[in-house]
Amino acid sequence: MIISIASGKGGTGKTTVAVGLALSAENIQLLDCDVEEPNVHILLKPMICEEKPVYSLVPNIQEEKCNHCGKCAEHCQYRALFVAPERVLVFPEICHSCGLCTIVCPEKAISEEKREIGVVKKGLAQGVDLVYGELNVGEPMAVPVIRYVKKEIDKDKTVIIDVPPGASCPVVESVYGSDFTILVTEPTPFGLHDLKIAVEVLRTLKIPLGVVVNRAGIGDMKVYEYCKEEGIPVMLEIPFSKKIAELYSRGVSFVTEMEEWKMKFQHLLKRIVEVRIGEANNGS
Amino acid sequence: MRQITVLSGKGGTGKTTLVASLAVFAENLVVTDCDVDAPNLHMLLNPGIMQKQEFKGSKVAVLDESKCIQCQKCEENCRFNAINDLKIDPVLCEGCGLCAYICLVEAIELREKVCGYAYISKTKYGFMSHARLNPSEENSGKLVTLVRQNARQIAEKENIDLIINDGSPGIGCPVIASVGGVDLGVIVVEPTLSGIHDMERALKMLNHFKVNPLVCINMYDLNIENTKMIETFCGSNRVEVAGKIPFDPLVTEAMVLGKPIAEYSPESTVSEEIKEVFRKILNSH
Repeated sequence: MIISIASGKGGTGKTTVAVGLALSAENIQLLDCDVEEPNVHILLKPMICEEKPVYSLVPNIQEEKCNHCGKCAEHCQYRALFVAPERVLVFPEICHSCGLCTIVCPEKAISEEKREIGVVKKGLAQGVDLVYGELNVGEPMAVPVIRYVKKEIDKDKTVIIDVPPGASCPVVESVYGSDFTILVTEPTPFGLHDLKIAVEVLRTLKIPLGVVVNRAGIGDMKVYEYCKEEGIPVMLEIPFSKKIAELYSRGVSFVTEMEEWKMKFQHLLKRIVEVRIGEANNGS
Repeated sequence: MRQITVLSGKGGTGKTTLVASLAVFAENLVVTDCDVDAPNLHMLLNPGIMQKQEFKGSKVAVLDESKCIQCQKCEENCRFNAINDLKIDPVLCEGCGLCAYICLVEAIELREKVCGYAYISKTKYGFMSHARLNPSEENSGKLVTLVRQNARQIAEKENIDLIINDGSPGIGCPVIASVGGVDLGVIVVEPTLSGIHDMERALKMLNHFKVNPLVCINMYDLNIENTKMIETFCGSNRVEVAGKIPFDPLVTEAMVLGKPIAEYSPESTVSEEIKEVFRKILNSH
């Protein structure tokens, strides 16, 4: 089973929930797909056993064959190529590696070369298999690195995916193929606003979802009213607590110091399985 | 014209809280919300929309099944696995057009799609340029560029010499689009190990694009030791710490009422400290 942890708004507690869940259950693989700003490893402090560079394919122009006809630039939807009278300029950062330019070139002057844009690290920490990606600083495209992280999915384990904030392509890439998504929110107007956006994304992708309210007790009750109206289960509440915040600030998952929470996370996992079975029965 | 972008790396550190109050203190500015995925600034500044504009940021391949001869060439050559059983998944399709190009019978067409909307609005503190990307769309960087273009146009027309951009979390495409060519990047950091890790990556990113940095520590009293660590780090990297804003439940109270903290509680320490940050932003070079 693949469970992703997403939110829309940043800083609501995705990583707190992902790590809390991972440390409370057995046979877990945890994937950190927030490759722009990965944080899971700060809480888990893994022993890294493998590092793999992430490459994207970008065009390599053989100038001696090129007659500067301009077809490649004309067809590139991302404007990653510019044909000057004497030379072809490639902008590798914005290339999506679709390969179209290599096909359209009548002179067969374009091949593809590898370009390193990030790294995937694998490690082990407190019984949890961890995989996380890091996008190189200055690179705009997170999606290829996320794809590499997800290639490491181990189907024999319960897979937990920590998703980046937002609602666009990196989020879609991260949650795609999940059996269930937990949306972590805080009970504030910002939290609710971005929760609604995240719900839209998941409904488009037809992924079943539930909500975890973090920092419960601050703000107002509107998140709960919304969930009730929409029939979205609120599966767990984590109260606003200075102790939890302080532990997090030091890079410590609160479940390691407040053992009673492990039971609550186990219960959450059980509920996810029940909701999944319920949905499967309704669907058939 | 001075352009300033507030960013953070890590989400939820208080970018929007800061920007809304900076707008209160600025006498004449255009403010933007460059977090087009999950914009929040409008919830504090309550803009009245003056202009709405369609954003056609990308294309999507559409298959005409009546023309298709099921040769599967498209499926075999799509690098994004967006074609399965001769159905194109619009979510996975990145609009590259390869399938349309190689189709033997011209059964695939690349169509422009509306990915969101850009708005030009007026708030009680000045003009605002903002947008909303449709959920699960791509090309948020392009939409950020449009938001900033709109802001510069209003600023030029109205003779306004300050633009403050509210950025998005992360350091990827939309963030890079929000810092390109700005005079100053203000990083809002919280005193947690994750916050510090993400600030360091955001600083490197600003450095990569040759943007001057400034750091503002939010909720600094949640962990004084970490706050000191940030100050030491910034000191040794010659980055100015423009302010230390304390944790205060008043900030959430103001948010629930839909107001910038500087308007809701101008006498609070939080507001005083943001005022000081604003002064330092104006004086930094």
